[in-house]
Amino acid sequence: MGGVTLGQEIQVVAFKIGSGEYGVDILEVQEIIKVLSITRVPRADRFIEGVINLRGNVIPVFNLHKRFGVSSELDGEARIVVFQFEETKAGIIVDGVSEVLRIEGDAIEEADKVYHGLEADFIQGVGKIEGRLLILLNMRKLLGIN
Amino acid sequence: MNVDMSQYLDVFLEESKEHLTNLNEKLLELERNTDNLSCLNEIFRSAHTLKGMSSTMGFDDMADLTHHMEDMLSDMKEGMIRVDSSVIDVLFSCLDRLQLMLTNIQNGQPKIDNSDLVTILGQFKQGTYPESLENKDAAMAGASPAPDLFAPGNGLIREPDIPFELNEYDLTVLKEAKARDLKVYYVAVKVRPDCLMKSVRVFMVFKALEADGEIIKTIPSAQDLDEGRFEEEFHLILVNHLEAEIIRQRIDSISEVEAAVVRPIPIDIDSVEETAQGPQLDKPLNQKLPTNAPADEGIKTHKVKQTVRVDIEKLDNLMNLVGELVINKGRLEQIGLNQHHTDLNDVIEQMERITNDLQNVVMKVRMVPIEQVFNRFPRMVRDLAKELGKEVDFIIEGKDTELDRTVIDEIGDPLVHLLRNALDHGIEYPQVRSRRGKPTTGLVRLTARHEGNNVFIEVTDDGMGLDLEAIRAKAVEKGLVSPQEVAALNEGQIYDFLFRPGFSTAQNITDVSGRGVGLDVVKSKIESLNGEIFVDSKPGEGTIFKIRLPLTLAIIQALLVKVGGETYALPLSSVDETTMISKSELKMVQSQEVVVLRGKVLPLVRARRLLGTPESEESNDVIYVVVARKGEKQLGIVVDSLLGQQEIVIKSLGKLLAGIPGVAGATILGDGGVSLILDVGTLV
Repeated sequence: MGGVTLGQEIQVVAFKIGSGEYGVDILEVQEIIKVLSITRVPRADRFIEGVINLRGNVIPVFNLHKRFGVSSELDGEARIVVFQFEETKAGIIVDGVSEVLRIEGDAIEEADKVYHGLEADFIQGVGKIEGRLLILLNMRKLLGIN
Repeated sequence: MNVDMSQYLDVFLEESKEHLTNLNEKLLELERNTDNLSCLNEIFRSAHTLKGMSSTMGFDDMADLTHHMEDMLSDMKEGMIRVDSSVIDVLFSCLDRLQLMLTNIQNGQPKIDNSDLVTILGQFKQGTYPESLENKDAAMAGASPAPDLFAPGNGLIREPDIPFELNEYDLTVLKEAKARDLKVYYVAVKVRPDCLMKSVRVFMVFKALEADGEIIKTIPSAQDLDEGRFEEEFHLILVNHLEAEIIRQRIDSISEVEAAVVRPIPIDIDSVEETAQGPQLDKPLNQKLPTNAPADEGIKTHKVKQTVRVDIEKLDNLMNLVGELVINKGRLEQIGLNQHHTDLNDVIEQMERITNDLQNVVMKVRMVPIEQVFNRFPRMVRDLAKELGKEVDFIIEGKDTELDRTVIDEIGDPLVHLLRNALDHGIEYPQVRSRRGKPTTGLVRLTARHEGNNVFIEVTDDGMGLDLEAIRAKAVEKGLVSPQEVAALNEGQIYDFLFRPGFSTAQNITDVSGRGVGLDVVKSKIESLNGEIFVDSKPGEGTIFKIRLPLTLAIIQALLVKVGGETYALPLSSVDETTMISKSELKMVQSQEVVVLRGKVLPLVRARRLLGTPESEESNDVIYVVVARKGEKQLGIVVDSLLGQQEIVIKSLGKLLAGIPGVAGATILGDGGVSLILDVGTLV
């Protein structure tokens, strides 16, 4: 199973989308790259920013700003976080990667206690660390990978 | 010795399948021409090889069935069982059973009880008439393994490799053998490479053979054999009264004997006598002794090519690497263009040539003759025709046409479907045909040929043709089109309904086809291979299904165009031409932009609008149009500018972006950027 497993200490990559801080399990992250030229894909889902050339592989890049309804002003801090799930690779655009954090299992609040409704589907939980709140994402659900 | 056989399983399965294909093919040939002994011999050899392989692998059920088949085939060869349709049918059912067994072995399923078939085979054997030498000689004279050993005139026993020098004495013995109705056999024995006491094995073989007969000649000499001075095989000529099979079994039962071949030598003493000089008996016995029982005589030799089996995955990797190389070559070319450095450009030119050659070679390596797919069809058509009670001649043309391996793997099912359609719905019953003044035997033709960068495969039948009215009615009934609209449609458009899901005009649903899963599946399969399918038909005269497929799926020629600041690639295979028109030539027909090109009206579509790029006013008066083909129709795509033709490597967009209409994939350009490859078929 992918996603963040609750109950034990995990390492997460923390990044920003808009003003929100998010985290994903480090094991799902393949690499973090600077924003390359992105080729728009006509007629694709609107959350798809386009495709990039990652060392000879063409991979889709998702725009979560649109998904989360926040505005995006990509600046020098912006990065693409590339995920790999089995055969499928995909990237998301983030406004900056802050750090890799260790979060204790008991510092994670399960999603359904915090959020309700559809949005909670791809939110695994909320991590509390030194007064910050980190929304832990279930990338498989978010990107529609089974 | 207990060797783990599992590592050989793949090879076994692969080779067995090849033999089965060969068997099916040859059996069909035999059915058409029951006197074809060379065909029968080939069947015998394949069956024999299968037997050997399966028993080595420990698949007793298979070994047992092939053994009984071999018995029957051997009797057929000797003319004791006449080749007729019942015999052929039994053999066909044996082949089917073997196929089933192979599948079971592959899936690790249990063995099968073949006693039913074995019983039938046995019944055929019992119904044989007593052996008569005349009969046998007559049969042999045809084309048995070593039929013309004694070629008339020179008294030579042909077939290369190991020479048997026969002296006066030997000839006398042979003559005597003939007089006493004894048989002469050529025997080749191969001992295991790891056999320790070869001389002992030789002794045992001799003992087994000499119990009932006489060995008149050996190679190497008897003395050398006694002392074990030979490689792995030895050869001898044996005179006795037993059947070849019995002799072979005796030798086989000796341990450490890997294989034995026993073949009768037809004796034609007269011709031998004519040449007083000791005739030479040349015997082929190559290293592959067990699989390739010797015998492939002069005229119709099946040349065995030197081949290497390679995992297709490795080829895919190689192809990917070459793809990378092509991309980087493109980048280098671009750098070279900017640098104006002579030496650099020289090297780049060289590189380009080498890359092109390399690419061609790799593509060729991946190409396999379509024969692989076509080979199973004659059998299928035969069975189907029988089942349906129709008479059909099936003609295959162009089976050496080569296609990319990936295409080959996918094209089988659609073709099966089209052939079944042709037989089931196309070809009429014999009575109907004769009533309509056609020959009672229908004709189904399957052809493949290259044309440019495409391969065309056609399935033609001379049956009743498509019923336009029935299709119209059905389309209306299914609500695909209104009765008013349907009247306005032309033939092509009406035929297109056949490719809609769930569309079948067959009145009767037979076991064969017409169950509603059909041409739509064929069409989508072919489109997924970047191909197209068309249909044409003349009532009463027949139907033709035409499939166009790209030669390869990996690297294609493409036209690069600019649309709204973005670069797109159009496969050259779907581009007929490019042209420039002035704005004033644009016309409107019912709110559809068109242009008249050489007297033909060409509908235009705006790439910007289709692709949703920002619309802006064209400043200049010229409009660039790519004339593309969609099915059999032409269509003008208006683009901002034409960048030129280039070889591109097709990259998949992956699962997450699959199925976007109009986008066939992506490619990486010389500057490292990604461009999308447009699919004209689904773009508009």
